[in-house]
Amino acid sequence: MTESMTTEGDRPVEGAVERLARDDLERKRFLKMAGRRMGAGAAATGLAAFIAACGSSSSSSDPTTSSTASTATGSAAATSSGSGDLAIVNYALTLEYLESQFYAKVAASGLFKGKTLSLLKSFGAEENQHVTALKQVATSLGTPAKEPMGKFPLKSAASVAALAATVENLGAAAYLGQAGKIQSKEILASALAIHTIEARHAATLNTLVKKSPTPQGAFAKPMTMSEVLAVVKPFIA
Amino acid sequence: MSNSDLAHPELGAVEVGGMNRASFILRGALAAGAVYGAAAVGPQVSSALAASGSSDLDILNFALTLEYLETAFYKTKGKTVGLMGEAKALASEFGDQEAEHVAALTKAISAAGGMPVKKPTFSFPVTDQASFLKLAYTLENVGVGAYNGAGPALTNKAYLAAAGSIVQVEARHAAAIALLTGSPITPNGAFDKPLSKAAVLKAAGPLIKK
Repeated sequence: MTESMTTEGDRPVEGAVERLARDDLERKRFLKMAGRRMGAGAAATGLAAFIAACGSSSSSSDPTTSSTASTATGSAAATSSGSGDLAIVNYALTLEYLESQFYAKVAASGLFKGKTLSLLKSFGAEENQHVTALKQVATSLGTPAKEPMGKFPLKSAASVAALAATVENLGAAAYLGQAGKIQSKEILASALAIHTIEARHAATLNTLVKKSPTPQGAFAKPMTMSEVLAVVKPFIA
Repeated sequence: MSNSDLAHPELGAVEVGGMNRASFILRGALAAGAVYGAAAVGPQVSSALAASGSSDLDILNFALTLEYLETAFYKTKGKTVGLMGEAKALASEFGDQEAEHVAALTKAISAAGGMPVKKPTFSFPVTDQASFLKLAYTLENVGVGAYNGAGPALTNKAYLAAAGSIVQVEARHAAAIALLTGSPITPNGAFDKPLSKAAVLKAAGPLIKK
């Protein structure tokens, strides 16, 4: 990664996630807004929109509804996060921080042993590497998001495993939701490289909790920034 | 080179028939994977595509060829090698999903005014459940590397979104098979894009079956 070439003029405006991590008042306001915008509904998958655009008749989603929903959620993300790769990288960094903290607490909880414990630890180690990489990228672009303080319910092995699966599926959907918005090909390549790791983690944890490794079928669905942040909200202290 | 020297001899033995360019690249990619291991296939595929100034349609057709291969593997071999239990269930589910990828890519290429490649013919060196799962794992990881390698070269954001949606599913397949067989869930570590770029196509040349 080269040093920042960003000039003052095209420096991305401070991202919502960055504000979220730093400013409690701002965080509450943002989450309230994000929560309201969740009502816009799930965005069309990239593929559904894409197939609809190609004139397919077999897509199960209604193209009219889908494009409305995706416009609504898309503009919510745009207005609340500013624009630019830095905002996206900081968003990913915040999610990775939370994943990393989550696995550290899970590993220390004593709820897991043996193979499952080593699996969870290896996933945690990979999330740590994502944090390191994203922090470097964010630093090269501007100011990296501060580490949020996560809080996670660690009651039983079963509930924690289910939460881990939820977290990883959310992570995969979050990366997929940003792929088309990233300007830098280098950052896109990195995001894709991380995206499929989150997918591998998600499929593994789904299998462990007796869910399908591909719960959305042949085409994984993306989630917008505001959709993801609304789900993450309860896990930030 | 004898098969016992290869990192993935089963890849080198996959035969891809058909005269189109995509099947030629795929044949090279599989042969390269046989020599260098599946992790090396990603950059090899992307350099193969990038080197020739691939258009979005080239990339979609290459993806279609790969999806044809995966579909044929699950839907024909998966039904004839005597799979049992979880392996049988996964092969059936994954085969259906690969077929959906074929259908979506075919439509996308046609809608863009392109000519979807014809389905090549394949021959898979698989004789039982263990060899089936081993090759399935390798093919899915090849798929992940191929999509991740080609993704940044796509100019149309809708295609990128579609490719992302598909590659996530390929990665999920790879992980499910890994869990079933005790193979590494994340064979490339924390990042699926292999960063090194070697002149593997050149090395793989002698292995490409005519």
